[in-house]
Amino acid sequence: MSSNLDALYRRVIMDHYKNPRNRGVLEDGNHTINMNNPTCGDRIQLTLKVEDGIVVDAKQEGEGCSISMSSASMMTQAIKGKKIEQALKLSKIFSDMMQGKDYDEEDVDLGDIEALQGVCKFPARIKCATLAWKAMEKSLKEKEQE
Amino acid sequence: MNIHDIRSQFPILHQEVNGKPLVYLDSSATSQKPIQVIETIEKYYREYNSNVHRGVHTLGTRATDAYEGAREKVRKFINAKSTQEVIFTRGTTTSINTVAASYAAANLKEGDEIVITYMEHHSNIIPWQQVARRTGAQLKYIPLQEDGTISLDDVRATITANTKIVSVMQVSNVLGVINPVKEIAQIAHEHGAVMVVDGAQSAPHMKIDVQDLDCDFLAFSGHKMCGPTGIGVLYGKKQLLENMEPVEFGGEMIDFVELYESTWKELPWKFEGGTPIIAGAIGLGAAIDFLTEVGLDNIAEHEHKLAAYALEKMATVEGMTIYGPLDPAKRAGLVTFNLADVHPHDVATVLDAEGIAVRAGHHCAQPLMRWLKASATARASFYLYNTEEDIDKLVEGLVKTKEYFSDVF
Repeated sequence: MSSNLDALYRRVIMDHYKNPRNRGVLEDGNHTINMNNPTCGDRIQLTLKVEDGIVVDAKQEGEGCSISMSSASMMTQAIKGKKIEQALKLSKIFSDMMQGKDYDEEDVDLGDIEALQGVCKFPARIKCATLAWKAMEKSLKEKEQE
Repeated sequence: MNIHDIRSQFPILHQEVNGKPLVYLDSSATSQKPIQVIETIEKYYREYNSNVHRGVHTLGTRATDAYEGAREKVRKFINAKSTQEVIFTRGTTTSINTVAASYAAANLKEGDEIVITYMEHHSNIIPWQQVARRTGAQLKYIPLQEDGTISLDDVRATITANTKIVSVMQVSNVLGVINPVKEIAQIAHEHGAVMVVDGAQSAPHMKIDVQDLDCDFLAFSGHKMCGPTGIGVLYGKKQLLENMEPVEFGGEMIDFVELYESTWKELPWKFEGGTPIIAGAIGLGAAIDFLTEVGLDNIAEHEHKLAAYALEKMATVEGMTIYGPLDPAKRAGLVTFNLADVHPHDVATVLDAEGIAVRAGHHCAQPLMRWLKASATARASFYLYNTEEDIDKLVEGLVKTKEYFSDVF
């Protein structure tokens, strides 16, 4: 199998796929958003608990491929405890990463997310990876406007 | 049918994808184009590109002759009585929408019923949902058998005296089943309903005779049958089309235009508003010539063998789920499947790395996906240029996919 494939399906990605973090629905969440990718049928439900401008808790549920589900898992892990603007900054970094652009990783800990870098070599799969992030971004931006 | 001769006429097949020879197994989404079709379209643009049905210059006459010549080829291809019954559209979706927006909107009222099946493509569901919403008619679904086939008993139980339209796909783009549309048309007619056949997945692969089927409308697309994208056909019985209003108004489709009123051209042009899809129609004509020369019966037999071979070989892969009937006699040339816990997107990505193109997703049939209890599936679909070797490579690729992901599962 090609090295590109190995870069796509990194072990850490498969680990998040098989053992998703923050799976489920937040009972005391104050924001719920559903998003789907109509071209392929992937869907995610994201519940967030935001207090004083901080994402206190986050859970995700849905169905989809290894890339979309692991990305959702990593995303919730990454934004928990972060200020809204930090979470949105992560989202921007992730978007740049998916487009193969240089991204600004100063002051942020990307953690597992960096494992998804290989996705940018598979244009057809970028939408899988960005679904959860788009949901988070939309949800937090709505929150900001409240 | 000499498969090597056929393959040599499809330039696109002779390339490497991701360093491997291309194995194209996505013809149900769109077919590849033979050199004859590509050259016919190129010749039109190089030598006689011109608008049709207007002006008297030589190029205009050549273009008109070629465009109307293509209509005659389509007529013969589906054995319509007259070219007046052959309308060029943008594709199957536009064809079905035309029936819905013109015939159905004018003839349906509250209490009437539209009958479709659970296996329909979105393009044969949503137009009817819209008609139902606007007219107050009720949309009803013929259920499926365990193996994904339709039973005529269920057809009889669903169609009633209130049914005005029955619309069914002849071949399922997911299950691969061939539906008994001739028998369904008969039942529809016994109840005074009109029969619409979605031929998107059948016209490319088997001989269709609209007089034998006795369908009232037939919709299909050029791009799935070796023709270009952006051209399709709506066949309708003349007496029905004559009583239908156009959906699009403008140039090309008019007879007299007064300040406040206008009259329409005769059939089929009253349904072809605006400059028609000239290159597309001429390209479709070339595709029909090509398919006719190979022979639709030969193509159907070839694909049938491939489907039987694929069903047998794919079943040997551990963790394989195949959707639809396992009896090859009930099937056309496609196999929809899932591989154990590996999501179909991941299957398709790993196969793509091996140069193998398959489709993954919901195949524009979300209600059917729910019936199958699958959020997504993968699909390998075959056409006249595919070989048993292609299927061997697919099976090898599936085994590799399974191994590749086995570490994590």
